[in-house]
Amino acid sequence: MLSLGESQNVFRCTIRTATGDVPLGLLRNHSCLDAAASLLDGASVVVWTTHPAEAAMALVELDGIARRLVLCPPGIGPDLLAYAMETAEASAVVSDQPRPEEAGAATWIRCQRELQPAARPARSRETEWVLLTSGTTGLPKLVAHTLAGLTDAIRVEAAPCMRCSMGCSSSVWSTFYDIRRYGGLQIFLRAALSGAPLVLPDSREPVADFLARAAACGITHISGTPSHWRAALMNLGAKSISPRYVRLSGEIADQAILNNLSAAYPKAQVIHAFASTEGGVAFEVTDGLAGFPEHYVASLKGVEMKMEDGSLRLRSNRLATRYLNHDAAPLRSADGFVDTGDLVELRDGRYFFMGRRDGVINIGGLKVHPEEVEAVINRHPGVFVSLVRTRRSPITGAVVTADVALRSGENGGPELARELLGFCRSSLAGHKVPAVIKFVPQIAISETGKLIRNG
Amino acid sequence: MLIHNVIFSHFEQVAKEQDKQLQPLHDNLPLRDSGLDSLCLAIVVARLEDELGVEPFSAAAADDRPFPTTIGEFVNFYEVAAHA
Repeated sequence: MLSLGESQNVFRCTIRTATGDVPLGLLRNHSCLDAAASLLDGASVVVWTTHPAEAAMALVELDGIARRLVLCPPGIGPDLLAYAMETAEASAVVSDQPRPEEAGAATWIRCQRELQPAARPARSRETEWVLLTSGTTGLPKLVAHTLAGLTDAIRVEAAPCMRCSMGCSSSVWSTFYDIRRYGGLQIFLRAALSGAPLVLPDSREPVADFLARAAACGITHISGTPSHWRAALMNLGAKSISPRYVRLSGEIADQAILNNLSAAYPKAQVIHAFASTEGGVAFEVTDGLAGFPEHYVASLKGVEMKMEDGSLRLRSNRLATRYLNHDAAPLRSADGFVDTGDLVELRDGRYFFMGRRDGVINIGGLKVHPEEVEAVINRHPGVFVSLVRTRRSPITGAVVTADVALRSGENGGPELARELLGFCRSSLAGHKVPAVIKFVPQIAISETGKLIRNG
Repeated sequence: MLIHNVIFSHFEQVAKEQDKQLQPLHDNLPLRDSGLDSLCLAIVVARLEDELGVEPFSAAAADDRPFPTTIGEFVNFYEVAAHA
């Protein structure tokens, strides 16, 4: 498949938003753009929209026509738009917003839900799809993919199936992610290529409202980060949906969240996937356990894995092709592998994710992965979620501290703090046990659906 | 509670948590002989910062003042900082 519009299923997909349905089928003979798509033939185009559905329409219209499509996620202001345009050598912007000064003289094409009749132009190009990294440290990087790479992990099945890990015709997909980031884009593509409806949250929509809407739409497949899921489970609305497929990715899925989701949705297959913007989809874990079996390393079809310096490296057709930033280090090593920066440890025939290499805390020369400590704290029945971080120490350089949000009905006090410390000591080395436990009402998550670790 | 008592109770609590044999605390006892290692002391200092609102080590390091070496100096270190 050279372009998205070649799949007839795409035109069966309807995106269901808080502000109405967007049937992609209308794009067969209509346009969401206020200029002829052929004007963008061969152009590098930045898609900068407030709403994800508008971005989806622009993708369907312009894939195969534009040379490059850059998907701006939410939170990209005019400054970063200008940066993305410059880095992608873009000559045009497709947007549902007025042109900001920062956009300069680029062609500004309005994208709207009120469609205009239009003939479908020929699609002959392999468009480069470009995603932005979350850029928690510095400017986001622009990561280039091909549609073939982005869809390599997707198997579309024609018949309804109960155990599918991909889209199928009887499915109604949904995701907590924004579809302009890798995890969400995977779900958009699954829905689009299988012709399934896709229920998307509005950026300002409260979780409870989104879940109620998702329930009313009869969603069957839904994805999010462990943090998204914890937020959903805290919410009474989580009980209203009854998915048969629950997918986690983007953060380490610890045993506690996997167990909680299986308990909340006893009829659902709860799977966690390992994927990243640069490394693509590597694998899915379907046995309900944290980590992944050791044999995956040698037995995955189409994805090669190796561990080097403790981190997982990937090589497959799903990898990003390159960074557009001229000053970025090469995305792949000389042998074609991408270093995910995710550290793994082999225990009893299973690899467990320990955390990010750049997130390691150094306590007097000893390493601590915050995620490892969180996984232990989260196993305590009174704990809802925890965030482990570092605090500067004049004695050891740093100490570990933990913010802990409890389940409703639990009261945090010195006694529970001592119990949690004892809980940690029973399974962690002394330097990994938090020096201080602080009870907090809730733990913030970022726009990308992950725990905010800096600060 | 007196700062002295707060500090002693944290020493005892951390020694218990970290499974260390704490020596009877008195003013002249060198910190290194107290039974607490540097990780234990780091935990005590972090908790005292939360409870007393002061962490006198960083300021001392910035002013090139010596760190306390005995229990008595440690308590005095905090008393001075808390009343500054």
